[in-house]
Amino acid sequence: MAWSVILTKLGEGMLVSIEIFALTLLLSLPLGLIVTFGRMSGNFLLRNLVKLYITIMRGTPLMLQLMAVYYGPYLLFHLNISGEYRFVAVIIGFVLNYAAYFAEIYRAGIESMPVGQYEAAKLLGYSKAQTFGRIILPQVIRRILPPVTNEVITLVKDTSLAQVISVSEMFLAASAIASKETSFLPLLAAGIFYYVFNYIVAFVMERIEKKLSYYR
Amino acid sequence: MKLLKINNMWKSFGDLEVIRDISLEVEQGQVTAVIGPSGSGKSTLLRCATLLDKMDSGELIYLGRHAATTGADGKAVYAEKEELRKIRSYFGLVFQNFNLFPHYSVMKNIIDAPMTVQKKSREEAYRIGRELLSRMGLSDKENAYPYQLSGGQQQRVSIARALALHPKILFFDEPTSALDPELTGEILKVIRDLAAEHMTMVIVTHEMNFARDVADHVVFMNDGVIVEQGRPDEVIDHPKQERTKAFLNKLEK
Repeated sequence: MAWSVILTKLGEGMLVSIEIFALTLLLSLPLGLIVTFGRMSGNFLLRNLVKLYITIMRGTPLMLQLMAVYYGPYLLFHLNISGEYRFVAVIIGFVLNYAAYFAEIYRAGIESMPVGQYEAAKLLGYSKAQTFGRIILPQVIRRILPPVTNEVITLVKDTSLAQVISVSEMFLAASAIASKETSFLPLLAAGIFYYVFNYIVAFVMERIEKKLSYYR
Repeated sequence: MKLLKINNMWKSFGDLEVIRDISLEVEQGQVTAVIGPSGSGKSTLLRCATLLDKMDSGELIYLGRHAATTGADGKAVYAEKEELRKIRSYFGLVFQNFNLFPHYSVMKNIIDAPMTVQKKSREEAYRIGRELLSRMGLSDKENAYPYQLSGGQQQRVSIARALALHPKILFFDEPTSALDPELTGEILKVIRDLAAEHMTMVIVTHEMNFARDVADHVVFMNDGVIVEQGRPDEVIDHPKQERTKAFLNKLEK
């Protein structure tokens, strides 16, 4: 294989990994907040359904979840699945999984807020939505930034799991070339990619943390 | 004019009766001090009066509007959400531990509620904020964050925050208890100034000299009941009830 071909294949894999990463974050961060509301709901049925969903997402391998989302429709309902569904299945699987983790982080953050903040807001006449949006959420975001950073870094590496349903992301592309060319270099390139990617993630998150640390 | 009427308030936490049949009236322009040992129910009374806790039975009336009435079964029935919102705008509360919003600057702490709750314009809210900060002697702290202030300064900001909404009654829950002794004076002075302007206030306090000085009406509570009430020279200087005498004697020692 010519170098240019190898680089193109690696580059394509890299783009797929970045796409999985970006779409998962974009969708699971807000979805996690909705899941938290369900998890903290006063409604017994809703709260426990959401709890069940979270335990399943956290208690089974993401690899298995990806396979279930991709093969499930065919194996269970004999629906025809198209080739395009492969990437969609990856995103569905990742978003559902990460939303569960983010939801638990949000919940811990919300529950760590002192009750006095709610009471002060109530006395000042803020509605429930205003209290959450203006007083609680901004403080929660700062408190949960470190655990969220951990999850985001894990996500960068988890994107390699997409290969179990044959989505040609960075890792699958690199290992395919490595075995074809009997060379270690493509794997090294993949390793460097994940490292640099996470270096940037950590840098960005640190900047955000600094920006939010204007108060104590 | 009566701004607040509490009739026959009862409140339990589980088996523990914290408030037992308390009735209290607050006249416009009057300063009421609520004194008594810890665990006597002072704070619970304040929390029920400010709708932070719900009483079990009794009536709560602000300016003739019923926040709670007694239902057929003798239990308290609270008004609709919208009515309670309205009634809540009649009073403010200054907390023992301030409860300022740490992510907001001093000015933002004061003007955020006028802007988001009362829909005041930014200019109007800032005008109110600046005026209050100057009254509190904190004009130079407009852009500071709460963590950069002393306890006394934080408490003054929280008083300004409550005043910015123009409440008809201002409640204080032991406003100096979280402060170092040398900082209590500045808070007591602010409250004295407010009293001089005839602000209606209900103050739960341990500062007996202050209560004698500033209050028109003193309420002594013990074990969830009002043991005695009256002018400060009556209740504090010439108490009639043994329980009141014992409490005041203990304080002097």
